Amino acid sequence: MAARMQQGGRPGGGGARFAQFKLVLLGESAVGKSSLVLRFVKDQFDDYRESTIGAAFLTQTIALDEQTTVKFEIWDTAGQERYKSLAPMYYRNANCAVVVYDITQASSLDKAKSWVKELQRQANENIVICLAGNKLDLVTEQPDKRAVTTADAEAYAQEANLLFFETSAKTSENVKELFTAIARKLPIEQASQGRGARGAAGRPGGVDLGSRQEPGAQGGASGCNC
Amino acid sequence: MEEIAPSYDLVVLGTGLTECILSGVASVKGAKVLHMDRNDHYGGASASVNLETLFKAYPNSYTPGTEPWKKYGRPNDWNIDLVPKLLMSNGELTNILVSTDVTRYIEFRQVAGSYVQQGQGSRATVAKVPSDAGEALRSPLMGLFEKRRARNFLNWVAAFDEANPSTHNGMNLTQATMRQVYDKFGLEATTRDFVGHSMALYTTDDYIDNRGMAKNCVERIRLYVNSMARYGKSPYIYPLYGLGELPQGFARLSAIYGGTYMLNTNVDEIKYGADGKVEGIKATMKERGEAGEGFKFETKCKKIIADPSYFPDKVQVVGHMLKAICILNHPIDKTDNSDSLQLIIPQSQVGRKHDIYIAMVSSAHNVCPKGYYIAIVSTVAETSANHHLELQPGLERLGKIEEQFMGPPIPLYGPKAGGEADNVFLSKSYDASSHFETMTDDVRDMYRRAEGQELVVEGLKDGQNLVAEE
Ligand SMILES: Cc1cc2nc3c(=O)[nH]c(=O)nc-3n(C[C@H](O)[C@H](O)[C@H](O)COP(=O)(O)OP(=O)(O)OC[C@H]3O[C@@H](n4cnc5c(N)ncnc54)[C@H](O)[C@@H]3O)c2cc1C
Ligand SMILES: Nc1nc2c(ncn2[C@@H]2O[C@H](COP(=O)(O)OP(=O)(O)O)[C@@H](O)[C@H]2O)c(=O)[nH]1
Ligand SMILES: [Mg+2]
Repeated sequence: MAARMQQGGRPGGGGARFAQFKLVLLGESAVGKSSLVLRFVKDQFDDYRESTIGAAFLTQTIALDEQTTVKFEIWDTAGQERYKSLAPMYYRNANCAVVVYDITQASSLDKAKSWVKELQRQANENIVICLAGNKLDLVTEQPDKRAVTTADAEAYAQEANLLFFETSAKTSENVKELFTAIARKLPIEQASQGRGARGAAGRPGGVDLGSRQEPGAQGGASGCNC
Repeated sequence: MEEIAPSYDLVVLGTGLTECILSGVASVKGAKVLHMDRNDHYGGASASVNLETLFKAYPNSYTPGTEPWKKYGRPNDWNIDLVPKLLMSNGELTNILVSTDVTRYIEFRQVAGSYVQQGQGSRATVAKVPSDAGEALRSPLMGLFEKRRARNFLNWVAAFDEANPSTHNGMNLTQATMRQVYDKFGLEATTRDFVGHSMALYTTDDYIDNRGMAKNCVERIRLYVNSMARYGKSPYIYPLYGLGELPQGFARLSAIYGGTYMLNTNVDEIKYGADGKVEGIKATMKERGEAGEGFKFETKCKKIIADPSYFPDKVQVVGHMLKAICILNHPIDKTDNSDSLQLIIPQSQVGRKHDIYIAMVSSAHNVCPKGYYIAIVSTVAETSANHHLELQPGLERLGKIEEQFMGPPIPLYGPKAGGEADNVFLSKSYDASSHFETMTDDVRDMYRRAEGQELVVEGLKDGQNLVAEE
């Protein structure tokens, strides 16, 4: 799906803008990808959640200002990253990606770097990538647990042209900030001037098989951007 | 590498569509599933491949050392199906996709037309398959009186209700042959031909005199008509980016419900217990070109589901299919410039026993760059030599062909045994039919053999109780 866009849908909205983007998560297993999504979408955290089962297809909306709403269609890896078995379907038409590492595990940053490379090779040219150093709460409690310095990660992010945050899915520190920063960097204006492609059902010959409910749909979406 | 669990309820080998649906269903129902494939990609025989991969899969199609794919743009803009099939929009695969919510990951688009050829060579006409009684009246396929008879027949099929004898027109369909039904409506041979082959989608004429097949035939025509009625242009739909999206979508479903996925994994040994039933599996995961031994592991399992290629000793050849994948830079003549279609050349029109099918898709389904068309011509092999001649009537329909990929006849395999004895349940190869109805029959049949009960997909998504859901 290309960015999906609806313009001026709300009564009295004047120049209200609404755009939907596909966001994918990548990174080594157990760095907290699913936990970040759960925090962002449900504002929950679970220490003992069986790793991975869950967050499959989620949406969350961010209001950037009174006029502008961005909706993320979030794809979690569903654990298929564990043995390097992610399908091309996963990357296809992703508008943005959060590449996660664990700041207490140095090797997880190396993995993150290789995912960034993979994205730059496989995904959309204009994909917005954000690097997230997760589990910040662990080093707040015990500073000697830190294995990746902020400066090192930041330098890499700058060099590779990535957004960068250190986050904690547990305390929610910087989680909302991260997704908001991505939303701000997405080409909303461009999407709003697009042809308003809204998935197969919206284009000529496209069919709606009658099942694309989107939990959490809000804003000006009134069901037609399915 | 992360450790593999010591035991699984089910190990699935091969990520073709049949295996991925069964894996997904098993995971949703709570089974602990380990799903592996020896290849570095999903889909097995039902994958869609890029143009470079396709050329390399047919080494005879180009001179070694050259890179003919380069003149067709970026290889990754091509998603070329290895099996020539389309989805019936009211068929069972659509039902499974909707019931499991896999439609969330895949977008579908209509196939623009459904055509049938009458006559041969330069005198051949190509016409739209009439989709209902009204269209039958306008069809150039029939003369005036025949149109009326065809309309009566199609109206009867549409009204047929097994539970209501007054709709049976005095026939007992479970006893009657289709010939008796055709005779009753006085249909001409050519009409029988397109009804049986392009609506009921029989690939041979064997159905006509088969006692009891009349009901099956009526059901197939109804499926065609109802599929046609759903979106209007043809009874078929097709996924954006190719059929290879289907196994990926069901694999994702399985993973979301806890299924573990491993590509690049070779089976080293299958272990059986004293009772002859499978007990476990040894395997090695190793990427191509990766140094060292790879990641070796062993795990216990109660059952295995696999495609025929993983158990060559437990399968037999049940037929041969012929297939030519062709790249065109124009639509097919006499098909209203359709960007996608099925065209059937009934056997009787070209002196064969089996129909020739053409399935064509294009950039409208994001399977190739603008201006190109991918047409697959296929049939069941009837001779033991000169197979290209068997496909000739189909290739002629295509006009100028930019590239043609054709190998030797493709053996189709089926399991020798049901699998209850060793708990190894094997799928069938994808057959020569133009749609997925026989594949979903196989899914249901395998589920019945493996689980001892009927597969019910309705309501599967209602059982979803994910963190993700409201
Ligand atoms: C819409 C729809 C489309 C189908 N399309 C195909 C298809 O293209 N190819 C296919 O093989 N099956 C197709 N089937 C399945 C087919 O009708 C049978 O269910 C299947 O072949 C299994 O047959 P059976 O052993 O249960 O025998 P039954 O269904 O009880 O059939 C009785 C007899 O008819 C024979 N028979 C069944 N199907 C065919 C056929 N297509 N041509 C000639 N003889 C036949 C059987 O071998 C058997 O001897 C389709 C089913 C549906 C509902
Ligand atoms: N302390 C702490 N633990 C976290 C954080 N995020 C995730 N975890 C834990 O790390 C483990 C793996 O998390 P998960 O989200 O499943 O990782 P994924 O495999 O990358 O999706 C779980 O036990 C989480 O509870 C965090 O920010 N802080
Ligand atoms: Mg996860």
